Amino acid sequence: MKTNDVILQTGTKVVFFIIFLFSIHIFFAGHFAPGGGFVGGLLTTAAIVLLLLAFDLKTVQKALPFNFMIVVAVGLLLALGTAAGSILFDVPFFTHAYDDFNLPLFGVSSLHTAMIFDAGVYLVVVGSTITMIQTIGGDS
Amino acid sequence: MEFVLLIFLPIVAALFVPFLYKTVKNIHTGWFVFIISAALFIYYLRFIEKTLNGNVDTSTLSWIPSLDIAFIAYIDGLSLLFSLLITGIGALVVLYSIFYLDKKREKLNNFYVYLLMFMTAMLGIVQSDHMITLYLFWELTSISSFLLIGYWYTRDRSRFGALKSMMITVFGGLMMLGGLVLLSIMGDTYSIRELIANASSFIGHDYFTLALVLVLLGAFTKSAQFPFYIWLPDAMEAPTPVSAYLHSATMVKAGLYLVARFTPIFASSEVWIWLVTGIGLLTLFWGSFFAVKQTDLKAILAFSTVSQLGLIMSLLGASAVAYHVTGADAAIFKFAAFAAIFHLINHAMFKGSLFMVAGIVDHETGTRDIRKLGGLMSIMPVSFTVAFIGSMSMAGLPPFGGFLSKELFLTSMLALRDFELFNFATWGIIFPIVAWVASVFTFVYSFYFVFKTFAGKRKMQSLPKEPKETSLGMLLSPVVLAAIVVVIFFIPNLIGKMFVKPAVVAMQSGLYNHPDEVTVNVSAWHGWSPELMMTLGIIALGAFLFLTMSKWQKLYDIQPQYFSLNALYDTLMVFGESGMNRLSRFYMTGLIRTYLVYMFAFIAAITTAALFIQDAFAVDMESFSPLNTYGIMTAVILVLAVVMVLFAKTRLAAIIALGGVGYSVALFFVIYKAPDLALTQLVIETVSVALFLLAFHHLPALKRHGESTKFRLGNFIIAAAVGITMTLLALSAHSQKLIPSISQYYKDTVFTEAAGGNIVNVILVDYRGFDTLFEIAVLAIAGIGVYSMIRLRLSRKENSDENK
Repeated sequence: MKTNDVILQTGTKVVFFIIFLFSIHIFFAGHFAPGGGFVGGLLTTAAIVLLLLAFDLKTVQKALPFNFMIVVAVGLLLALGTAAGSILFDVPFFTHAYDDFNLPLFGVSSLHTAMIFDAGVYLVVVGSTITMIQTIGGDS
Repeated sequence: MEFVLLIFLPIVAALFVPFLYKTVKNIHTGWFVFIISAALFIYYLRFIEKTLNGNVDTSTLSWIPSLDIAFIAYIDGLSLLFSLLITGIGALVVLYSIFYLDKKREKLNNFYVYLLMFMTAMLGIVQSDHMITLYLFWELTSISSFLLIGYWYTRDRSRFGALKSMMITVFGGLMMLGGLVLLSIMGDTYSIRELIANASSFIGHDYFTLALVLVLLGAFTKSAQFPFYIWLPDAMEAPTPVSAYLHSATMVKAGLYLVARFTPIFASSEVWIWLVTGIGLLTLFWGSFFAVKQTDLKAILAFSTVSQLGLIMSLLGASAVAYHVTGADAAIFKFAAFAAIFHLINHAMFKGSLFMVAGIVDHETGTRDIRKLGGLMSIMPVSFTVAFIGSMSMAGLPPFGGFLSKELFLTSMLALRDFELFNFATWGIIFPIVAWVASVFTFVYSFYFVFKTFAGKRKMQSLPKEPKETSLGMLLSPVVLAAIVVVIFFIPNLIGKMFVKPAVVAMQSGLYNHPDEVTVNVSAWHGWSPELMMTLGIIALGAFLFLTMSKWQKLYDIQPQYFSLNALYDTLMVFGESGMNRLSRFYMTGLIRTYLVYMFAFIAAITTAALFIQDAFAVDMESFSPLNTYGIMTAVILVLAVVMVLFAKTRLAAIIALGGVGYSVALFFVIYKAPDLALTQLVIETVSVALFLLAFHHLPALKRHGESTKFRLGNFIIAAAVGITMTLLALSAHSQKLIPSISQYYKDTVFTEAAGGNIVNVILVDYRGFDTLFEIAVLAIAGIGVYSMIRLRLSRKENSDENK
């Protein structure tokens, strides 16, 4: 017998985006307020776990058609590339750079290469946790 | 030419042996080896002139200059004598082996490679001045001897004998290495000559006695002294040329060489004199006593070798006394050194010839069992003559070389009686008595060896082969050696002048400047002295014992098999194997629990011990922050949750309680103002509890499933100990901060340097981003690990297929 969890699924559809947005916020706020790539990634994972609970593996895979192993690889490359990029400018490995830019939509914003590194962390966290949960959950 | 290179000539020649063996099929490979050793012998003869005048010659080949290690060939009287023995007897043995070993049936390529290796090793030992290279060559003799004993490796007894000799001599070699290293620390040099020159400064040094004992252990094991002689009788499984060469004339004398060489360094010590003389005499008696028991020709000779080596060893010990006495008394102990070297030469000659005769008898009759032999005198007249000369020399009868050395030996032992130092006055009387009794047994086994084999009734039916006199080639070497034995008797003083006196000068350096100062004159007739009386007594009692041998030989059977040194060795080996096995099985249980118990017990014990030894435990109440209500409440929840984990009846309850622990830790982070940690802890706890619950479904139906954990007192004690230790450690570490924290720097520079406000995140991605980089790598590896463990389970499928 198939249970009808329409409330859960409907609720999830709303709550997923709230959690996801919160995680993005936490990620971007990381440099000045509590948060960062790690927590942000975990929160995104939690959002996807919620999807997995409300729907099933196949549906979620259809909705999020990523191979999360590749997400892990992209994240690692991003992190390593940021760290290694400094070598091109003849400064030691892992030297970050930052400056203020006047962006068209956001106005004057402070941009920091540490953010790119943090994005790498974010992707790795999301990728590997979802990989684990999908493989364990998908195991018969 | 640098004669140090000649040491390596045999081993370099060994490279060509397999080629010659494979390509030149018509000529016996031994001839090539014979040329090498004969050439070396002739070359070394040239040094006699030099040593006669008390001169020495050195030649150096640098090896590891930065560590001060070099091959230094040092030729004085002693090393020249040994070099001549090695190459001379080597040549004769090779000649003998050419006729003994069949060119078609035997693996001659192996045999001569090992033999040449051994020759290099022996030359290296006797000529090395550097202690490290001395050790190098020393072990090379052990290895080549191992290979030679195990030459017929398809036989069990050969492999057993090879292993036994290897174990014992390598044990001694390693001990010796320790002694040599201690010596080099004491003298700050590796050179034996320099050590001898500074010998007086070592007396009373902390390492002196230890170094002495260790060096002696090396010498005793190699020279088959009591109780290490047991490898020698088992080494008789080697081909007879090997026994003749290694186990009578050369390798077993390496220990004697070592003792002789180090005498000037250690002679000042009482321990040295007592040990060398005492063990030597004990070995002399023991070997001669048990030689009569043997029934195998080569076993008799092996025990006889042990006994004769003991004789020489005791003389070497007595010669050290010369360093303690002056005036007229000293002359008699300088005598001992002369006697030792003189007997060493004699022994090499007659024992070599006797082994070769035993080999001939074996070769021609097919057996070495003395009970099956007899009456071969008229069939093998030449062999009998050689055996007779050798045995009579061994028994110490005129007109053979052995008589002279036996007289010299008795004189030295009688002199020990009058030595005043080190309790010799009271115990010294034992020495001549033991020496005399041992000589009687020597007489008995010498007669036993030659007459039981060659005289008496012929037992044709018990012999595997029809006996006949052997070929001329095989007889040549023993005849030459026997001839030398006789010649020595008639020209002892020429031998003494040419070989013995220079060797004595080398052995007792500091007492002489020139060989001519050694004023020993050997004469066959030396008046009605006490030693002649003793010899007459030996002959009388020995003859009586020999004639009544069948009556008392049964006495040997009284000694039970298990009460012997061989049994002790076997027990040790068995214990080494099964005992160690049992020991490993005792502590390697294969249970993770046991290993965890070991690890935690050690962590607790070592940490506590370190805390108390260093007196490092301290609690500084001032450094603690004030308690607050929220903290206490969270702590209570945390403790309750932990207790619940421990006592949970089901796994589900334990998982939930663990979640409780995690959330209360997150609360702690909130209370102690770590928002990033609290956030991460909350989410990670949620995700990991979810994972636990996922895994929970997959748990197999174990027997313990649903039961609470059993209480184990050991576990409780260890857990409590680790907990208490870590608490103590944390308290003392917190109370004693040596340097201020680095965090002030982060506070000051977080905005100016890193353009950030969240210190934690800036540390993670900027100040110490390196750590984060590898942490995410760890996370990625964990993800891939989970994926591959679950998805790629090929082996399980294959196994299940196989079961079908």
